[in-house]
Amino acid sequence: MTTISSTQASTAATTSGGKRRAGGVRPGRIAAHTFMIIMAFAWVLPLLFALYISFRPISSTAKYGYVSLPIGGLTFANYVNAWTQGEIGHYLINSAIITIPAVLITLLFASAVGFVISQVKMRGRLVLLIIFTAGNLLPQQALITPLYRIFLSIPLPNWLSSSGLMYDSLFGLIVINVTFQLGFCVFVLSNYMTTIPGELYEAALVDGASLWRRFWNVTLPICRPALAALGTLLTIWIYNDFFWATVLMSTGSKRPITSALNNLQGQFVSNQNVIAAAALIAAVPTLIVYLVLQRQFVAGLALGATKG
Amino acid sequence: MTETEKQAALGPDAASAAPTPRRRRRALRLTKRDRVLLIVLLGIPLLADLAFVWFPAVTSVVLSFTSWNGVGAIQPWVGTQEYKFAFTVDPQFWPAVLHNIIWVLVFGLIATPLGMLFAVILDRNLKGSRIYQSVFFLPVMLSLALIGIIWELMYSQNYGLINTLLGRTGSDAINWIGNPDLNLWAVLVAASWRQVGYVMILYLAGLKGVDASLREAAQIDGANPWQTFWRVIFPVLKPINIVIIVITVIESLRAYDIIYIMSHGTVLPGLELLSMLVTQYIIGQTTRIGYGSALATVLLVIALVPIIIFLVQSFRKDEKA
Amino acid sequence: MRGQSNFGAPVSGVSRRDVLKFGGAAALSFAAVPLLAGCSSGGSSGGSSGPGSITFGSNYSDPAPKSAFGDLTKAATKSTGVKIDVNTVDHNTFQNNITSYLQGTPNDLFTWFAGYRMQVFADQGLIEPIDDVWDKIGKNFPDSAKALSKGTDGHYYIVPIYNYPWVVFYNKSTFQEKGYEIPTTWDQMITLCKKMQSDGLIPFAFGQQDGWPALGTFDIINLRLNGFEYHMKLMQHKVPWTDSKVTDVFNKWAELMPYVQPGATGRIWQDAVKTLEAKKAGMMFQGTNQVAAQYVTDNADLDDLDFFVYPEIDPTWGQDYMDAPADGFCLAKKAKNVDPAKKVLEYIGTGQAEAAYLKNDKWDVALANDADVPSYNAIQKKSVEVIKACKNVAQFLDRDSDPGFADNTVAAAVDKFINSPTPATIKSIQSSLEAQAKTVFTAQH
Repeated sequence: MTTISSTQASTAATTSGGKRRAGGVRPGRIAAHTFMIIMAFAWVLPLLFALYISFRPISSTAKYGYVSLPIGGLTFANYVNAWTQGEIGHYLINSAIITIPAVLITLLFASAVGFVISQVKMRGRLVLLIIFTAGNLLPQQALITPLYRIFLSIPLPNWLSSSGLMYDSLFGLIVINVTFQLGFCVFVLSNYMTTIPGELYEAALVDGASLWRRFWNVTLPICRPALAALGTLLTIWIYNDFFWATVLMSTGSKRPITSALNNLQGQFVSNQNVIAAAALIAAVPTLIVYLVLQRQFVAGLALGATKG
Repeated sequence: MTETEKQAALGPDAASAAPTPRRRRRALRLTKRDRVLLIVLLGIPLLADLAFVWFPAVTSVVLSFTSWNGVGAIQPWVGTQEYKFAFTVDPQFWPAVLHNIIWVLVFGLIATPLGMLFAVILDRNLKGSRIYQSVFFLPVMLSLALIGIIWELMYSQNYGLINTLLGRTGSDAINWIGNPDLNLWAVLVAASWRQVGYVMILYLAGLKGVDASLREAAQIDGANPWQTFWRVIFPVLKPINIVIIVITVIESLRAYDIIYIMSHGTVLPGLELLSMLVTQYIIGQTTRIGYGSALATVLLVIALVPIIIFLVQSFRKDEKA
Repeated sequence: MRGQSNFGAPVSGVSRRDVLKFGGAAALSFAAVPLLAGCSSGGSSGGSSGPGSITFGSNYSDPAPKSAFGDLTKAATKSTGVKIDVNTVDHNTFQNNITSYLQGTPNDLFTWFAGYRMQVFADQGLIEPIDDVWDKIGKNFPDSAKALSKGTDGHYYIVPIYNYPWVVFYNKSTFQEKGYEIPTTWDQMITLCKKMQSDGLIPFAFGQQDGWPALGTFDIINLRLNGFEYHMKLMQHKVPWTDSKVTDVFNKWAELMPYVQPGATGRIWQDAVKTLEAKKAGMMFQGTNQVAAQYVTDNADLDDLDFFVYPEIDPTWGQDYMDAPADGFCLAKKAKNVDPAKKVLEYIGTGQAEAAYLKNDKWDVALANDADVPSYNAIQKKSVEVIKACKNVAQFLDRDSDPGFADNTVAAAVDKFINSPTPATIKSIQSSLEAQAKTVFTAQH
């Protein structure tokens, strides 16, 4: 069985499978549906509860508790409060300044390394792959003390960092996020690239293409689906990073939203309604990314699974 | 399945009509310019990885043999004294190890099977399975910090949803976060809420890749779905099972932000975890970098075992080839 | 993984590449792991610098003190012409990161605490001495405040702004309604607790999730039972934690535990104050800086709030001592704008500045002799009196002892005690505290 045929067979089976199995045992399907509905309800409950609290005025929940009818009505005041006093918008911009370049740079470097590992004949490729992949798996706490000192000792020009250092700069956070996520992307992309048929390169070679053109014009376009899926995942992971930003960023107002939430929790410690509102606002960007890219994401994941 | 998805599932192979032996592309030769490019493309990321990941990891190990307090010169060198302190004096160390183990077990024995179950059911193309999938995947999109905030509302002693539903909000209120017999389990429920969705997506991807003819063959042989799964599909999924074991261990060792948020930054009895202790000592009011690094090294050593298993699994076949 | 090899023959029905693909999925998963979270880092940095402008790291993150602090910096700018750029960081985070913060890129001035908790960092050379500032402001302060502001080397390192007493709070209306009397001895207090319990009240509201509030109870019982000298010796580990006098403190505390709000380790002190506000609890032992401030934040009835000094336990010491922590401002060693920062500190060391701070602060009291604060409410007026009546004041366990030892080690031990106040627990936490104290106090000092 060649790879191609097995993949095609599995694709075909998945396509037709739905119809075939839909005719299966009814009681089983009813049981499955019941189970899934109950579980799905249990799954959304915490989120719905947080959502409900975020719309309740504090005066009402303070008096009647969180679990009560919406006496005193529902209000957007907590969101307004989180947005104005909590300056959520400001932190979201910080997150964007860190996340967007970090994702793009990670993808660029990871595809470059993946390209080299998979396409260029050289010694030590396996070692390279292990260095990158294993590095991504180390616990962050095991790195932080020396990392912190390193960041403190690297000077940056003022236009890049108002602290004059790698520490406490958005640039520094981009660097560490890129570095830490690289390993995983290198792993996936190098695996993916090994599946690129050689004759594509032969065609390029006949044209006298340079290494760069082979990389940029041949390899990258073919990897587009994998890059899209990875991009989605990276966005989620980098946006949600809490540890690097809390430790390597000392200026409260420069923090991205995920770690700034901790500050807000201090600021509104006795007002869970505002904290809930702020937390839910913070969840919106990743949810949008997921909803917009859901198709590519699921397909990309399956592809990560098939190509990995 | 849409055309795009099919395309994606098929990958680049679909682009080429007939696969030809790949060895031929090795014919590529590098020009001088190519070599420069190579050094740049590979050099920057490699340098960054070595400088910001591997160098700090090794340095942490070195620091663990000092009792440096984080100020001034690195000294004094004390050998294994900090390790002895951890193993024999620190009352939080062994509970932390135990809790990390419990974390692994709960993820491995409860969250993972549940995620598998969801994946298996969804793989049967249930009506609305995309909606279910999104619902279970939702928590994976959220940061653990945010999950901590959401679940604090659930567990709040006098105001939370759970105690209210149980009718225990007065002096008999259940102290979910503070009671050392309960709090780890409470946090594990919240953490599993996310982990299940994670495992589900991975398994779903795994199941999609299983050769359909296997299933058909089993059915023709008269196997019921239960037998088909356990005797045919599950063994085939061995690689992904290993992956999930590795993730479970690594995630359990890294568990941190959810506890940090729910316990307001302090190490509560019952919620000691190695990651929390490390942070407490290396980022605290008065720091004990030496001791914190010793704890970090313990964490590192435990983490390396699954990492090595994973790497060996992933790369063994290539080396043979 | 080299090219082709992934495409070998199928292994038991799954092609090699399927196998590898799982590897990919796996890797996917790892990457998701990075959500570790974290800790903190102090506040700092950045801001504009240059002559006539400074940055100020503030841990006043709660709304009420934050606005009072804003009033102070505005007044300072007005008086000195120095532009002040404030960097506010959540107070727990700020405190936890102080070491790295001061070694990193600290702000010029930063909020901190008087006493040993300042001296530790002064000894390490992280805080700049400000004797020249004190030459100008010294006349404004009583000797007690001067002592608090000095490092172990005798130089000045902090300009205090206010302090506040740790006392027992209650609602006047509750005491009137039920006819309760203010207890002045331990036995009277226990009797009162019993009465409250039979009236369906929680005698003592209590929240210990943040780790430190319960340390105040340890302090006061130790001060009442064993006196000030002994307490300070214990804080510096000059007497062992296994001492029988420490056992006495825990035993006394255990007598009180049946009357304390259960589940304290899972409750933040703010929620405990709410129990008092709601008149579900009869009393609460904590600082005015917390209880009265929370009343203001919640718009609760501040006029109904009153307090009494912790009852006497041993007549030898009576009610001579209490925790009355002072907060203030330090100049970082790494400060970039030293001269304007000192100008601001000189301003802060005046009664006028303290009054500016206290204009909207309804819970702390000024330390300067010449502070004229017409806005004092009843709580503040009484605070001044009770602090003055003390023969000596302690700062707080995590200010009088090594702060890391206090907040990590003692807090964890006290949490264990609260969860199970038995003789066995007491014994085990005492020996564990002693073993850890030995390492901490020899390693660092």
